[in-house]
Amino acid sequence: MTGVSIVGAGLSAFGRQPGVSGREMAVQAIRTALADAGLEWSDVQIAFGGSDGSGLADTLVAELGLTGIPFTNVKNGCATGGSALVSAVNAIRSGSAEIALAVGFDKHGRGAFAPLPEEWGLPAGYGEAGLMVTTQFFGIKIARYMREYGITAQTLAKVAEKAYANGTLNPNAWRRTPMSAEEIASADMVNDPLTRYMFCSPGEGGAAIIVASEAVATRLGGRPVSLLSAVTRTRGFGTFEVFAPAIQGIGAPTSVSTTAAAAAFDAAGVRPDEIDVLQLQDTESGAEIMHMAECGFCEHGEQEQLLEKGATLIDGSMPVNTDGGCIANGEPIGASGLRQVHEIVTQLRGEAGDRQVPGSPHLGFTHVYGAPGISACTVLAV
Amino acid sequence: MSPTESAPRLHGSRCDSCGNVAFPVADGCQRCGQQVMQPIELSEHGTVWGFTVQRFAPKSPPYVPPADGFVPFAVGYVELSEGVKVEAVLECADFAELEGHAPVRLTATVPVPRFEVVA
Ligand SMILES: [Zn+2]
Repeated sequence: MTGVSIVGAGLSAFGRQPGVSGREMAVQAIRTALADAGLEWSDVQIAFGGSDGSGLADTLVAELGLTGIPFTNVKNGCATGGSALVSAVNAIRSGSAEIALAVGFDKHGRGAFAPLPEEWGLPAGYGEAGLMVTTQFFGIKIARYMREYGITAQTLAKVAEKAYANGTLNPNAWRRTPMSAEEIASADMVNDPLTRYMFCSPGEGGAAIIVASEAVATRLGGRPVSLLSAVTRTRGFGTFEVFAPAIQGIGAPTSVSTTAAAAAFDAAGVRPDEIDVLQLQDTESGAEIMHMAECGFCEHGEQEQLLEKGATLIDGSMPVNTDGGCIANGEPIGASGLRQVHEIVTQLRGEAGDRQVPGSPHLGFTHVYGAPGISACTVLAV
Repeated sequence: MSPTESAPRLHGSRCDSCGNVAFPVADGCQRCGQQVMQPIELSEHGTVWGFTVQRFAPKSPPYVPPADGFVPFAVGYVELSEGVKVEAVLECADFAELEGHAPVRLTATVPVPRFEVVA
């Protein structure tokens, strides 16, 4: 238990926004979060945030107001939002602030990310040979997983079908057109067994979360959500990561998602089977399937049956990515982790409208995973 | 030169403390953090641990397509007897040959490791 509450959550629009900068999206998200909390920018006592490629978060004070607070830049890939949130939580817990902000944003260009071998500590040969392609990693990992655990291509397609269906129910989503599993499965193959509609695309958006001590949360009234835990982890020995020239160790690879999720559940004093609504990193369909098991929500291989029963749908037994996840919202790297927290806050408050999980959910979970082997998880409660 | 001498070999490192094998050559051990690593030659034979097919031409540069143009190729990880799984381009007549932990043999080390299916 952290003794810290989320008192405000805000998003900018997600998806292509010509003429709107990443920084402007961040400001929009922060102002929305402040209004949600019933606070002014001058009430925020400390801030943490960042983007992967759209500027430094501490420069946002030029638009927000020069209140002189400490504002620390975070650059931690897909865990940027998670790391900013952990820092904000720790600032509250340490007593150095009573109201803190975490913000993440990005505005990526069209098409796949184009990494250079040198930036990853690899010889130039990996680029020449055509191995600096992010999607290969996802294809190799899920292809092996499907053979090992009997997951079918139909189930892969179902994950993306659900993402687009949930996107149609989310007014803020980028992809809001439904797509059938058949259409998804028969689209161009990118890296076997993943077709083009099974992947998320680099996108645009900003997300902001305001946390406060329980005393302040009580004084503010509003609709606070308890942050039972917020955890980030880097990889341990023997994981399988994007652009790895080798997987070291004997036997099956380990997963940083497993380590981070277990730590988050342990710190929260909650078991995965108690969670009512969850967000899992869905860089592509296979990732969502594997993360269900890696984060402790089922056994490896159980996903085939669970999806057959519709378990991950909004009205299922373990609703996953109710806002459409990365597949429907796109992947602005800095923003995604806090977009997930925003969605769980919205669900736990019962304010998710057409995509509201029935039965008044009271426990939620978020999980991001990214290169080069990082994961951030939270457990939330009302 | 004899065929043995001309055969390509991959070079890695073995940790003096814990025996972990790294590829490529490493100064420090990812498993235990010790810094005494011995250079070793890795096995030329292994099995396909996992793979996918690159269906579209990667972005050029950095990708250098073959002179006669891009054709889809397989890429994956080859599990060696040392335990380490090495990323490689996988040569085969038909991608289906790579299924079922197919045995493969090293054919080249540059620009990246390359293995072919053993008939
Ligand atoms: Zn060692």
